Amino acid sequence: MEGGFFTLQDFMTFTKGITYILMIISLCAMVGFWLFLSERDTDQTVEEPRHHE
Amino acid sequence: MSEHTISVNKSVLTPFNLVAGVILLVGTVITVLRFTGGLAAVTNLTDDNPWGIWIGFDLLCGVALAAGGYVTSAAVYIFGLKRYHSAVRPAILTGFLGYALVVFALNYDVGRPWRLPYPFVVQQGTTSLLFEVGACVALYLTVLFIEFTPAALEWLGLKRARTLVVRLTMLLTIFGVVLSTLHQSSLGALYLIAPSKLHPLWYSGYIPVFFFVSSVIAGLSMVIFESSLSHHYFHHKMDETHLRENTGVTLGFGKAASLVLAGYFTIKVIGVSVANNWHYLTTGYGAWFLVEMLGFVALPCFLYAVGVRDKNITLIRWTSAWTVLGIVVNRLNISLIAFNWQLPSDQRYFPHWMEIMTSVFIVTIGILVFRFIVTRMPILYEHAEYK
Repeated sequence: MEGGFFTLQDFMTFTKGITYILMIISLCAMVGFWLFLSERDTDQTVEEPRHHE
Repeated sequence: MSEHTISVNKSVLTPFNLVAGVILLVGTVITVLRFTGGLAAVTNLTDDNPWGIWIGFDLLCGVALAAGGYVTSAAVYIFGLKRYHSAVRPAILTGFLGYALVVFALNYDVGRPWRLPYPFVVQQGTTSLLFEVGACVALYLTVLFIEFTPAALEWLGLKRARTLVVRLTMLLTIFGVVLSTLHQSSLGALYLIAPSKLHPLWYSGYIPVFFFVSSVIAGLSMVIFESSLSHHYFHHKMDETHLRENTGVTLGFGKAASLVLAGYFTIKVIGVSVANNWHYLTTGYGAWFLVEMLGFVALPCFLYAVGVRDKNITLIRWTSAWTVLGIVVNRLNISLIAFNWQLPSDQRYFPHWMEIMTSVFIVTIGILVFRFIVTRMPILYEHAEYK
């Protein structure tokens, strides 16, 4: 995109547009990641941790 | 007791001690050369490249990796996560030694080290970020020293002094978090002045935020890494509480590190997007940036998450070592590799072997002092009289 912008307005519209889309995707992905990270938390006290040493 | 004495006498000439002895010997010679012949005698530093590996590694990495102190004490005393209490003293000790060695290393790096106290007594320069960093590091080193003293006072049997210091715990923790937030981000902010020197993929208006968030990752990972090393080498020094809580600390800190890594990855991508730097990703530097982002941020984030889900302690421990390496790579990228990136290679800085050796010397001193303290003071166990 280098040299493709003629005004600061063009640049801001393009970069902010992309950034807002990325932030929405990130926030949705973060919810999914949190569920992936903590879905087995409830059985933490039941299972013994594994040591591979 | 006699068996213990015999084992101590036997263990003096271990391979580790011999290697450490050689490093200390070489380091002492380099120290003499540095303070008699000046910076030029032992470094490749020039007026064009005044910040070398002693700033990039000893200071930037040292400060980031010493963040375990404020992260752990904040978790335990401010957020009330008492189940991690056994991790506080080792983390505070690691933080204290880390900062002490940063200041020690600065004496080598600064041309006239006897002027280090000048910002406090001659010229404050309060608009300078470097003054803010210097003031915070000096104050936080003092805070860490006071936070560490209960262990030393218990060892020395000074009960009244110990009780007095313990009463200050909450105040010191809050003070430590405030100071750390300030100077961890300010170290990144130092590079805001050099947009033409630092590669656009690493340069960002958000670089202070990147430095602060990555310091939290470094702190969490260092606590896991240090606890796994302690578990391996000082297992006999750990009491039941430490051994019992160790697994919980590893899982809890691994989970936190995974989440913060995910957040860090997101804000780094946002940083590239806001500056519209996507086209740099197809260059050589872009490939190296992707190695850092995917190999040292996204990969450990995923591995921590898998380790926490599967309760795989070994995976979390190895991931912590990888993450610590990632923090070192990030700080070296910003201070050395992606710095002055437009200069031809013959004008770029590459550290002299004596600079590298000095850094190894300083790290070795840290490890030896850590071992000295851990084998004598109640760091990995609770003193019988204060349970």
